[in-house]
Amino acid sequence: MPIEIPPGLILIVAGLLLPFVPYLLRAALLLIAPLLTLWLIWQVPDGAVLRVDFLDLSWMFPKDAKVDPKAFDLILVQGDKLSRLFATVFAFMAFGGGLYSLTQKNVTELAAAFCYAGSAIGVVFAGDILTVFIFWELMALGSTLVIWCGGQAASGAAGIRYVCIHLLGGVLLMAGIMDYIIATQSLAFGVGAIHQILGLDRPGTWLILAGFLINAGAPPLSAWLPDAYPEASYTGMVFLSAFTTKTAVYVLIRGYPGFDILIWLGVFMIFYGIVYALLENDMRRILAYSIINQVGFMVTGVGIAGSSNPEFNALALNGAASHAFTHIIYKALLLMSAGSVLLMTGKRKCTDLGGLFQSMPLTMICGTIGALAISSFPFTSGFVSKSMISASAGEQHLAFVWFALMAASAGVFLHAGIKFPWFVFFQKDSGLRPPDPPWHMRMAMLLFAAACIGIGVWPEPLYALLPYEVKYVPYTAAHVVEMFQLLLFSGLAFFVLLKLMKRTLTLSLDLDWFYRVFGVWLSAAIVSAGRIVGRAIGAGITRGGGRLIRGLFRHHGPEGILARTWHTSSMAGWIAVLLGVYLLTFFL
Amino acid sequence: MREKEKHWLVRPETIRWLWVVFIVVLAVTVAWEALLHRHPHFGIDGIFGFNAWYGFLACAAMVVFAKGLGYLIKRPDSYYDAQNGVTSDDPAGAGPAGDDPAGDGNAD
Repeated sequence: MPIEIPPGLILIVAGLLLPFVPYLLRAALLLIAPLLTLWLIWQVPDGAVLRVDFLDLSWMFPKDAKVDPKAFDLILVQGDKLSRLFATVFAFMAFGGGLYSLTQKNVTELAAAFCYAGSAIGVVFAGDILTVFIFWELMALGSTLVIWCGGQAASGAAGIRYVCIHLLGGVLLMAGIMDYIIATQSLAFGVGAIHQILGLDRPGTWLILAGFLINAGAPPLSAWLPDAYPEASYTGMVFLSAFTTKTAVYVLIRGYPGFDILIWLGVFMIFYGIVYALLENDMRRILAYSIINQVGFMVTGVGIAGSSNPEFNALALNGAASHAFTHIIYKALLLMSAGSVLLMTGKRKCTDLGGLFQSMPLTMICGTIGALAISSFPFTSGFVSKSMISASAGEQHLAFVWFALMAASAGVFLHAGIKFPWFVFFQKDSGLRPPDPPWHMRMAMLLFAAACIGIGVWPEPLYALLPYEVKYVPYTAAHVVEMFQLLLFSGLAFFVLLKLMKRTLTLSLDLDWFYRVFGVWLSAAIVSAGRIVGRAIGAGITRGGGRLIRGLFRHHGPEGILARTWHTSSMAGWIAVLLGVYLLTFFL
Repeated sequence: MREKEKHWLVRPETIRWLWVVFIVVLAVTVAWEALLHRHPHFGIDGIFGFNAWYGFLACAAMVVFAKGLGYLIKRPDSYYDAQNGVTSDDPAGAGPAGDDPAGDGNAD
């Protein structure tokens, strides 16, 4: 008998309790709530578990349409392998993040982070598109609060920009959902690919896709991610890296498998992430760009799952799903390592850092393990997940995609695999000698580092969780040697071209320039234009109004002709004139 | 700082050794390929040492491209503050006084 509460609700309730309990209980909640959630996730069987009677929308349709009123039930919990896979890694992430944040003094941030994590689990168990939307928006609120708790100079403004973009995404999604309901006469989500159910002519296909893609960090609105995430606190960004973009990958796997436009968007994201990360100086912004790069691999994987051979599609979707799973762990590890550096040094910029390996050996080792995993080094988690996507592209003979993915794999090692550890822990001696962070942060890093290596060496448990049966064998001698060649020669390129990558105190312009600078100019221009026009209108009114008032005064004022007292005789005279005119017109 | 006082890992002789080891490892990974039976998908990826030279060239191309793009889109990191009229007397961009860089709730 399954327990009928949404597993994500545990984290949300725990999050709401956090600010009101004493420290020890808070620590216990931070660790126990995710484990309890994890246990509940594994109690969810396949199929719809928790249905709620909501609005009967059948009145929207003609009487003869024979709409099933049950089709408008909210399905708060619906399980299958894909849901449980994502929910599992989200709960694991909440546990690791909770452990890492035990001494975070800003409880509001932790509360928001747990509500955010619980909402993400809510999305992946949602069986209808309205429940997806509800938890989707709760995630936007939770994550915005996490950014606002960042305590950095730019946190407030970055949070406002972040929430504006996400509310825009929510509006697009809701508009699309309306069209989806009208077209399908149902709320059911995940019953088939939306672009096939609705067709390419209906706006719903594109509106829902746009809503999903904004959260994935896809172009043209990618800049929100590197703009906002690095303004969170040292713990905040660890949480932020996991949920928003990966729930977007989840809904794309459910809603748009094999939609070919995703291939091109994904490949663009991959190279966008690499190039911007290469230009970046802020260590956590480098990692933010690399989130877009990694999500690009997943989006490409979803896009190439449209071939006529279901085995290749299964390989691609397994690749996208498993890469989301491993990515959450190694990206959190990288950000824990960067967060430790930020906490212990108070510095974020590569130009201020360097040589930290001497006094933060554990942070360096864990950061390097994360860096190797993101680069898909053999015997790390990235190797067993990402290679499924390129294998599917290879099997399908998608030459452009395959060569792009190979080049990008090399580029990941370049921009994240070496660049992050090199500029933070080695490079030059910055003279900083901070110790490793407190014990619980070290424990969290060790746990996630162990997961990165454990999954890499022993991928079978992960493969057993994947939505489709796995026939893929990652460890063949040829594959391992090819990957070593690709990555080590990328490493050679890094050190040979190191001079070209000298860090500068700069940022890189992106499309957010349009709303951060151009929009400000435009609104200032509109305001001053409005002021000029307003002044002109005002002057006109004053002048014209003055004339009117003067005219009125002349006629109706105390001296005015119409204000005089008239004799009764003149009134009788005028009546006689009117009567005369009337008679005259009558006879004519 | 005198050479002897430096951490052993950053002394020039260690770095020289690291380069030697690195180059040997690179050579081994390429040589190893001769012993393998590979399954190229497209033809060109079957050329000997494909992953080695493709990886190197792809990275070089990305670095050069990024460098070129940098001339176009790089700005001083106080750019947005300057654009939006925020004045900072801290040229290093470490934020105004009282800032809390670690975000741990402690301003110090």
